[in-house]
Amino acid sequence: MTDLLPYLVPTLVVLSGLGYAGFVRSKRSSRGPQEGPQSIERDTVVTGDDSDLRDGVGEESEPRSAGPVHTPDVPLPASGRMARLRGRLAASGSPLGQRLLAILSKDHIEESDWDELEETLLMADLGVGPTTELIDALRTRARVEDIREAGTIRQIVKEELLAIVDPTLDRTLHLDRPESADEVVPPAVIVVVGVNGTGKTTTIGKLTRVLVADGQKVLLGAADTFRAAAADQLQTWGQQVGVETVRSDRDGADPASVAFDAVRTGRSTGVDVVVVDTAGRLQNKAGLMDELSKITRVITKEAPISEVLLVLDATTGQNGLNQARVFSQVAGVTGIVLTKLDGTARGGIVVAVQRELGVPVKLVGLGEGPDDLAPFDPEQFVDGLLGVSAS
Amino acid sequence: MAGRLGVNSFYVFASQGKHVFATLSDRLTSTFKNLRSKGRLSEADIDATIREIRRALLDADVAVSVVRDFTGAIRERSLSSEVSSALNPAQQVVKIVNEELVSILGGASRPLQFAKNGPTVIMLAGLQGAGKTTLAGKLALHLKSKGHTPILVAADLQRPNAVQQLKVVGERAGAPVYAPHPGNMGEGATPGLSAGDPVAIARAGYETAKVRQHDVVIVDTAGRLGVDAELMKQASDIRDAISPHEILFVIDAMIGQDAVATAQAFAEGVNFTGVVLSKLDGDARGGAALSVAHVTGRPILFASTGEKLTDFEVFHPDRMASRILDMGDVLTLIEQAEKAFDSGEAERMAQKVADGKDFTLSDFLVQMQQLRNMGSMKKMLGMLPGMGQMREALDNFDEREVNRIEAIIQSMTPAERENPKVINGSRRARIAKGSGTTVQEINQLLQRFDGAQKMMRQMAKAGPAGAAMPGMGKMPGVGKRAGARQPKKDKKLTPQQRAALARKKAKEEAQGASAPGSAFGVKQDVDPASLQLPSGFDKFLGK
Repeated sequence: MTDLLPYLVPTLVVLSGLGYAGFVRSKRSSRGPQEGPQSIERDTVVTGDDSDLRDGVGEESEPRSAGPVHTPDVPLPASGRMARLRGRLAASGSPLGQRLLAILSKDHIEESDWDELEETLLMADLGVGPTTELIDALRTRARVEDIREAGTIRQIVKEELLAIVDPTLDRTLHLDRPESADEVVPPAVIVVVGVNGTGKTTTIGKLTRVLVADGQKVLLGAADTFRAAAADQLQTWGQQVGVETVRSDRDGADPASVAFDAVRTGRSTGVDVVVVDTAGRLQNKAGLMDELSKITRVITKEAPISEVLLVLDATTGQNGLNQARVFSQVAGVTGIVLTKLDGTARGGIVVAVQRELGVPVKLVGLGEGPDDLAPFDPEQFVDGLLGVSAS
Repeated sequence: MAGRLGVNSFYVFASQGKHVFATLSDRLTSTFKNLRSKGRLSEADIDATIREIRRALLDADVAVSVVRDFTGAIRERSLSSEVSSALNPAQQVVKIVNEELVSILGGASRPLQFAKNGPTVIMLAGLQGAGKTTLAGKLALHLKSKGHTPILVAADLQRPNAVQQLKVVGERAGAPVYAPHPGNMGEGATPGLSAGDPVAIARAGYETAKVRQHDVVIVDTAGRLGVDAELMKQASDIRDAISPHEILFVIDAMIGQDAVATAQAFAEGVNFTGVVLSKLDGDARGGAALSVAHVTGRPILFASTGEKLTDFEVFHPDRMASRILDMGDVLTLIEQAEKAFDSGEAERMAQKVADGKDFTLSDFLVQMQQLRNMGSMKKMLGMLPGMGQMREALDNFDEREVNRIEAIIQSMTPAERENPKVINGSRRARIAKGSGTTVQEINQLLQRFDGAQKMMRQMAKAGPAGAAMPGMGKMPGVGKRAGARQPKKDKKLTPQQRAALARKKAKEEAQGASAPGSAFGVKQDVDPASLQLPSGFDKFLGK
């Protein structure tokens, strides 16, 4: 750091004087080129869709490799040759081709339908990037396949979204107790992480009830030593189903040591599952994230961690992706719990999260009641995103 | 340690934005890049700009309906002569956006309303996990520091141990807590159900405050969803029972599109009078603030910016506007830097660079001392653009290490400080002896200082736009092993990036070489006076 001082200090002075504007600008513009590769990647995603179309048009919509067949029953367009030509024109990207395409195929679906669809997705917190990609791909497809009904498009959107959410993904909690050569089999360990106020402690409370009902012996670890009365809150949940809570006797104790004690106690008393609650932390606080990585590190000394659950608030907007990214890096998140889905928020950010990080949503929280925790249902979730009332 | 990272990585760090997309100003610049040849703005140009603004706002979680209204207004203003006749339309459009944002965010900013007689009642409401209980403590501490005697009332009987939490928070803030009911805790608790009657408690709390002569009553209520009619009714019952002077709606800065529905529900349910934005210390851009302010028309009064009780501040609309647009919190940095260096020093330095005179060790010494007098050097350096990425290095930075540099420079004669080139071997030995360091350390300092001097010279030539960051990228490697590492670091830039940098630099140089006073990248193509910028904002525009 001291090495940089000769540069940094005069820079600050210059900043305070006349020169900062240029500095700001240069910093800003210097970011531009760096973004290049990323946006290229983004483009390739879109091109991927296009090439799908190119290949798929002739022999009719080859389903994308992942997920269910999205258009198994779209009838062959009446004018097969026309469609193929349009497909090629659409994919070519040349201005002439595009113009020809515009003449050959009218956009049958009204602009307002597209806008409405786009807004629906945006309002579900899906994010501008994924929404635009989806809509653009669909527009091309609608032209190529000569789709005239807005209703059909909606159906396709649903299928596409469902394909992204991927119902075939394994969404069960892995709570098998690890094999061990020792006589003492260590318990399965679940660590629950997330930013402040997403409902970590409440989720643990509900999860404990599920596990207990399932006949598991559970122990809770109150590693949230920061927030006032967090351990009490956890203990209250535990007491209702007769589950012990390991906690420190004072506020502000080292959370890693509490977590370690909990797992060790769990091991010696032979419980099946130890659930560790951690303090809420914003993902941009480096010190707190280090603390979290210490917690996970220390736990693995005693028993391997079976699940790291990230609790995401369904009301969270685009910041949710940052959260998932950073927590995954630090703690190796294996599943997401989407809470507060009983409100008006639809939690579309998890689509982006799953697409980028491949971490599935495993559970959803549906209220403050003791049993308002349910397994994630992809179909219902997608219906929710599109504003279709789940029947 | 930054020292080991070398400056090249500093540059790389500086360039890695935390957002996937480039900043709004960047995108706008590219939208407008061909404009100069066209001479004036066409409607299509404006539409392209509006699209970028729309995207920036949506990325910042501003609600779709609000974005629609907002961009409509911007489009109208942009099409007027105000923009098309301006010499730099891109900046003009950004300025309009900024103005509109500030006017929505801070149009009706005001302090808390206090009762004329009897205790002032403040009620907190919001979704679960928005941060109401923590905020109650912060608010109590804030009011206490202003000479009030607040009392906290625990009316959240729903979440297990919320009452307990408020008691602890109250204790930390040094405010008494009225909590006759223990709330949901212990064996018999039923999560999800209220354990007692919060309305009665709120009323009793108010009476207690009157008897004990507290002048402010802060009522913490349970978190509730906008769609939960029953709990909303309960909230309005609490309100009717105590007729609060302020009803503060606490909302998480990270909230997405749901902000509008929630805010409307609460506006209808409890008719809140002000908004508090919580968790603003995260990296969410906080477009929700705009949505709520726009939809409900209620002012945002406070922002909560950390986990400590003191992390609480009055809301700054202008900074929030920059943040939503992803322009960075440069204003705060500039403010701090201006506080740190007296204006004389800054001016002298600027003059020096403009005149092509060299930056000397004595300048460096004075600046370092002034900076240190301001308090935490760490904090200041952390605010430099790009330094956020170097948090680890900063955390490890021991401010006492500065003493050694100070000692070295103070062991030099004035002539040596003015012209470090005269420092030969025997002088180095003398300085090392005088400062209690080694010749190697002196070599290192001199070498780095030489690099910094070059950087300043480049700034004088090209304006800081061209030299500051890219120049840093080219500085000789610093730190013990930096030399060996340098080639590797260079590879972090892709060819496109390097090419783009070179282009940028050439452009800046071309612009910077014109007209006197351009040494600091002051662009001559805008007449700032004609823009009538909001104070502070002109700094973005190159004046």
